[in-house]
Amino acid sequence: MTDATQNSARALDLRTRVEARLKARNASERRFRLYGRVAIIVALSFLAVLVGRIAVQGWTTFIDTQVTVQVYLKPERIDAADPSLANYDLLVAESVLASVGEQDDDYGEASGKVMDIMSNDLGFQLLRQVKADPSLIGKTVTVTGPLKADAALYFKGAISRSTDEADRKLNDRQLNWLDKLDKAGAVKRGFNWQFFTRSDSTEPEQAGVLGAVVGSAMMLLITAMLAIPIGVLAATYLEEFAPKNAWTDMIEVNINNLAAVPSIVYGLLGLAVFINGLGVPRSSPLVGGLVLALMALPTVIIATRSALKAVPPSIREAALGVGASRTQTVFHHVLPLAMPGVMTGAILSLAHALGETAPLLMIGMVSFVPGVPDGFTGAATVLPVQVFIWENASERAFHERTAGAILVLLAFMVIMNLAAIIVRRRFERRW
Amino acid sequence: MFTWVALAALILFSGLSYFAGRRRAAGLQGAPVSLHSLPGYHGAYVALWAGVPAALLVLLSAGFGGPLGEVLVRAAPPAAISSMDAFQSDVFFDDALAMSRGQQASETVYEGPQKAALDAAITKSRLISDLITYGTLAAAVVLALSGAVLAYPRLARDFRARNRVEGWIYAVFLACSVTAVLTTVGIVASLVWESLRFFHAVPIQSFLLGTEWDPQIAMRTDQYASAGAFGAVPLFAGTFLIMLIAMAVAAPIGLFSAIYLSEYASALSRSIIKPLLEILAGVPTVVYGFFAALTVGPLFRAGFNALGAQLVGGEFDALGQYLMQVQNQMALVAGAVMGIMLIPFVSSLSDDIINAVPQSLRDGSLAMGATRSETVKKVVLPAALPGIMAAMLLAVSRAVGETMIVTMAAGLQAKTTFNPLDTVTTVTVQIVTLLTGDQEFDSPKTLSAFGLGLTLFVVTLGLNIIALRIVQKYREQYD
Repeated sequence: MTDATQNSARALDLRTRVEARLKARNASERRFRLYGRVAIIVALSFLAVLVGRIAVQGWTTFIDTQVTVQVYLKPERIDAADPSLANYDLLVAESVLASVGEQDDDYGEASGKVMDIMSNDLGFQLLRQVKADPSLIGKTVTVTGPLKADAALYFKGAISRSTDEADRKLNDRQLNWLDKLDKAGAVKRGFNWQFFTRSDSTEPEQAGVLGAVVGSAMMLLITAMLAIPIGVLAATYLEEFAPKNAWTDMIEVNINNLAAVPSIVYGLLGLAVFINGLGVPRSSPLVGGLVLALMALPTVIIATRSALKAVPPSIREAALGVGASRTQTVFHHVLPLAMPGVMTGAILSLAHALGETAPLLMIGMVSFVPGVPDGFTGAATVLPVQVFIWENASERAFHERTAGAILVLLAFMVIMNLAAIIVRRRFERRW
Repeated sequence: MFTWVALAALILFSGLSYFAGRRRAAGLQGAPVSLHSLPGYHGAYVALWAGVPAALLVLLSAGFGGPLGEVLVRAAPPAAISSMDAFQSDVFFDDALAMSRGQQASETVYEGPQKAALDAAITKSRLISDLITYGTLAAAVVLALSGAVLAYPRLARDFRARNRVEGWIYAVFLACSVTAVLTTVGIVASLVWESLRFFHAVPIQSFLLGTEWDPQIAMRTDQYASAGAFGAVPLFAGTFLIMLIAMAVAAPIGLFSAIYLSEYASALSRSIIKPLLEILAGVPTVVYGFFAALTVGPLFRAGFNALGAQLVGGEFDALGQYLMQVQNQMALVAGAVMGIMLIPFVSSLSDDIINAVPQSLRDGSLAMGATRSETVKKVVLPAALPGIMAAMLLAVSRAVGETMIVTMAAGLQAKTTFNPLDTVTTVTVQIVTLLTGDQEFDSPKTLSAFGLGLTLFVVTLGLNIIALRIVQKYREQYD
C-alpha cells in the first residue's frame, strides 16, 4: 500500500471517530438541556399542584348553605322573666321535625339528630329576638341561619350517600331530612359573606376570618410604622453619610446576618425582651408588630440600600454643585428618586411579614380569640396563625375553612405583590 | 390617655414655635448681609428644641413610669407582711397595685394589721403614681418652654440654623442604624441569659450530648428533681435528617433550574419562569405546612401502604410489613415539602452566581468548539462552584431554621434515626411545643427552649458567616 492511501484511510478513520464522538457530545448536550427543562417543569408543577390542591380544598368555603326555619316559640317552654334559660336549639329542632312531617321521640333522639345538622346560631338568633321583644313568645318566628358544617358538606358533595352509613358523620335519616328541607326550598345557597363578617368560633359553620384579617392589619400597621422609617433612615445613613470604618462595617455585617436569622429566634427575642422584660401584653397586635418589625428591618434596609445605589452619582454631584448641603442633596434629590425601589422593597417585606407564623406562636398568638381585637394591646390572632389553629382542629369542616383562610391569605399576598410590581413598573427609572 | 394628650399638646406647641421662629428669621432677612440659613431651618431649630426633649421625657415616663412605680412600692415591704412567704407577699403587692388602679384584685382576704398595711400600700402606690404623672407633666412643661425660650433668641442673620438642624437629623440617622445592632444584642443577650439559667439546671454537656429527650411538664416549681431528660441529640439528628431530605430535593432541581434559566432559556421564557418561581418563594410557610400535613402526608402514606401490601408474603415480607404501618408524619413528608419550598431559594441564588461568571469565559470555551453543556460543566460550574456551595449553605441554614412545615408535618417523637419513613422531631418543633400556651418561666422545660434557640442561632449564624465570606471572596475574584 502506498502512503497516500494509508493516510486517507487514517483520515477516514479519524473522521468516523470524530463524527461518532460528536454524536455522543451532541447527545449529552441534549440530555443536559433536558435535565434543565425537567427541573423547571417539576418546580412549576409543584407550584401548580400546591395552589390547585388548596383551591380545590378551599373553594367550597365560599359557598354558604343557609336554612330558613319557622319556629313556634312555645310559651310553656320559655320563661318570660328570664328567656335565656330556655332551650332554643330544641325548639328549632322540633320545628324542623314538624316541617319534615315527623315528631320527636320520648328519648329526644330525633331532635338530637336534628341538632347535629342545624347550627346553634339559629338558637342564638331566637334568644336575641326574644330578649329584644318578649311579646314574641307564643308566636311563630322565621329565622335564617347556617346549617351545621357536616350538613353543609353534604350539600357541597363532600359527604355522599354511597359511603357506608357507619363511616360518615350523618346517617340516612338525617340526609333524608336534609333532602326534604332542600325540596321544600328551605335551604338556600349563596356566597358565604359570613366567612368575612364573623371571627373565630368553635363551630366551623360560624367561624370566619374577620378577626384574623383585622388582627393582621393592625399588626402590619405597627410593623410598617416602625420598620419602614427606621429601615429607610438607617439605610440612608449607611449608604450616603456613614464614614467607611470598622463601626459601619460591623453594622453592615450585622444587618446581612440578621436577614438570615431564623424567624423563630425573633419569637424567642420577643418573648424574653418584650413580654417578660418590658411587660408588653401577650398575644397583642402590639407585641406581634414589634417582633415582625425587627424581623422586617434588615430586608427593608437591604432593599433601600440597593435602591439608593441605583441613583447615579451625577445627581448628587449636581445638587452639591449648586450649593445644596449633603442632607439637602439626599432629602431633596436622592431619596425621592430612590422612592419607587424603596417602596417596592418595603411592600415585599411587609408581604413577607404578613405570611409569617412561627415567631407569633412564641408570643402567645395561638389563643382562641372569638372576636375582633379590641385595640393594639388586646388579644388578637392573625391570618396565618388562624390557618395554623384551624389546621389543628379535628373537625373535617375546619379543614375546608383552613384552605379557605389560606386562599384569603394568598389573595392578600397577591395584592401586595401586584402593588409592588405596579410601583416598580410605573415609577422606576432606568438611568 | 395622659401620654396622648401630652404628646398632642407638645406637637401643637412645637408647630407654633416653628412658625414663630420662621417669622423672626424672615424679619431678619435683608441687605446687605442675607441669612445664613433659610427661614424654615430657623423655625425647625426652635421647634425641635421646643418639642423633642419634652416628648422623649413623656415617652420614657409612659414606658417606664408604671414599672418604676411598682418597683418603688415593692421596695419597702411593711412589717405586717414579714410573716408571709415570697409568693404571698407577691400576691399582696399585686393586690395593692391592682386596687390602687381600680382593677380586679385576687380573692385573698387580708385582716388586722395586714389590712392596714394593704391600705397603706394602696395609698403609697397612688401617691407614687400621681407623683410620676404630675412630675413628668411639670418637667415636660419646663423642658418645652425653656427649650423654646432658649432657642428663640439665638436666631440671627449669621446663625447656622441649617447645620444645627442637620445635627439633629444625623442623631436620628445614627439611632436608626443602631437599632439593627441593638436587635442583634437583644437576640444574643436574651438567648444567652435564659440559656444560662437553663444550663444552671441542666449541665451543658448533658444537653448537647445526651441522647434522651423527654421534657416533662413542670406541675409545680419545686419539681426540679423529677424534671425529664434534656438530651438534644435526637432533635439534632431529626433536624439533620429532614434537612438532608430537603436538600436532596432542592439542590438538584434548584441548580438545574438555575443553569437552564441562565444558559439556555430565551429572554421571554426567563421573564415568565422567574416570576413564577418567585411566587413559590412567596407562599407563606404555613401554607406549605398545611399542604404537607393534609395532602402529601396522606398521599405518601397511602402509597407506601399500597407498596407494602404488594410486598407482604413475598421475598421482602418484613419490609412489606413495615411499609404497611408507615404513618402520615414521616420525615420524608416534611423534608420533601421543605425541599419544594427551598427550590426557588436555591435557584435564584445560584442564578445570580452563574450570571456573575464573566461572559468572556463562556465565549472562550465556545470558541474552542465546546458545546454549551461542556462549557457549563467544564468552565462555568467550576468557576461558580464556591458561590454555589455558599448558596447551598444558605439553603441548609434556611432548612434548619424552618419551623412551620415541620411543626405541622413532622412528629413530636424524639428519635435518633436515619430512616426517612420514621417519625422524627426537630429543634424548631420542640421550641414551638415548649413555648406554646401558658408557661412558667422558671422551669427547665420552658428554659430548654432558649437553650435550643441558642444552638439554632449559633448554627445558622455560623453557616451564614461562612457562606457570606465565600461569596465575598468569590466576587473579588472577578471584579
